[in-house]
Amino acid sequence: MSRTARPALLVVLLLALVTSCAPSTLYHWGRYEAVIYATYAAPGSVPPERQIELLEQDYQKARSENRPVPPGFHAHLGYLYYAIGRADQARQEFETEKANFPESAVFMDRLLSRIPTP
Amino acid sequence: MKRRWLGIGLFLAAGGLAAPGCAVKGYDYTNYRAHPPRSILVLPPVNEGTDIRGSYGYLSTVTRPVAELGYYVFPVALVDQLLKENGMPTPGEMVQAPLEKIREIIGADAVLYITLKQYGTRFQLLASSTAVVADARLVDTRTGTVLWAGRLAAQEASGGSGNILSAVVGALLTQVINQSTDRAHGVAEQANAQLAIKDRGLLHGPYSPQYGRE
Repeated sequence: MSRTARPALLVVLLLALVTSCAPSTLYHWGRYEAVIYATYAAPGSVPPERQIELLEQDYQKARSENRPVPPGFHAHLGYLYYAIGRADQARQEFETEKANFPESAVFMDRLLSRIPTP
Repeated sequence: MKRRWLGIGLFLAAGGLAAPGCAVKGYDYTNYRAHPPRSILVLPPVNEGTDIRGSYGYLSTVTRPVAELGYYVFPVALVDQLLKENGMPTPGEMVQAPLEKIREIIGADAVLYITLKQYGTRFQLLASSTAVVADARLVDTRTGTVLWAGRLAAQEASGGSGNILSAVVGALLTQVINQSTDRAHGVAEQANAQLAIKDRGLLHGPYSPQYGRE
C-alpha cells in the first residue's frame, strides 16, 4: 500500500464508524458515501478493487440484517466493476439497481447499452 | 376623535403589512405538491468558496439525507463521470445542461442544484472555525418549475477554551487533522441535515412511510 493511501483509508474507516451507529434509517448505508468521498478527496488512493471489496462487504452485511442498500449503491458498484473490466458483474449490478429502483431504468438502460455484449 | 380613528387606521394598516411576515408558518409547497418528484439528480455543487475540495466534499454528503427522505437519488459519482465524458468537465458546465436533456438521458424527475457560498476552515491564532453555507434549489425537469429553494448552513468552532498552552496545541492539532480529513466535510453533513427540517426542507418522497402525509 502506498503512503498516500493511508489517510484516505483512515477517512473511510472513521466515516464508517460514524455512520454504522446511526439510528433507524431506511437504508443500510455502510461505506457508500465514504468511498465516494475518499476517491474525490485523495484521487487514486483507494483503487477500484478495494472499493469493490468494501462495498461488497457492506452489501453482505445489509443482506444479513435483511435491510436494503441505498439508491445508487448497486449502480456505483457496477461502475467500479466496469472500470476494472468485469463487464458481466457490471451488467448484473446495473440490472439489480434497476430492479430495486425502477426510477433508475432510463439511466441504467443507457449504461447497459454501453457495455459490449459478449 | 379624528386623531383616534387615524391612529386605529394606522395601527390596522401596520398590522396588515406585518401580517404576511408573521403568517410565515413554513415553506410554500404549492409547486412542490403540484409536481411531486420520485427521483432526484444531485449535480456536483458550483463552488463559490475558496477551498477547491468544496464541490466533491459536499457532493458526497447529499445522497444520504435526500434518499432517507424517500427519494431515488441517482449515483452521484457515476453521474459526475458521465457528464464529464459528455463534454462537461466542471460543475459550472454541468448546471448549464438543459433540463429536457437531463430528463432524456438520465430520467430524473427533478434536479437539485447547489451553490456553495462557503466551505472550509478559517484558522486564527488560537482557534479555528469551519463553516459550510450552501444555496440549494430543486427544479422539476418537465416544467422547469422551482419546487423548493433554501439555504443550508452549519458552523463548527474549536479551541478558545482552557489554558493558553493547550489552546495553542489544540489549534495546531486541528490544522493537522484538517489537512487529512477535511473538517468541512463533517460540517457539510450537518448543513445537509437541514434538507429534512419539517416545514422548511424537502417534503418526504415515495419511499418514505411519511410520504403524502404532510
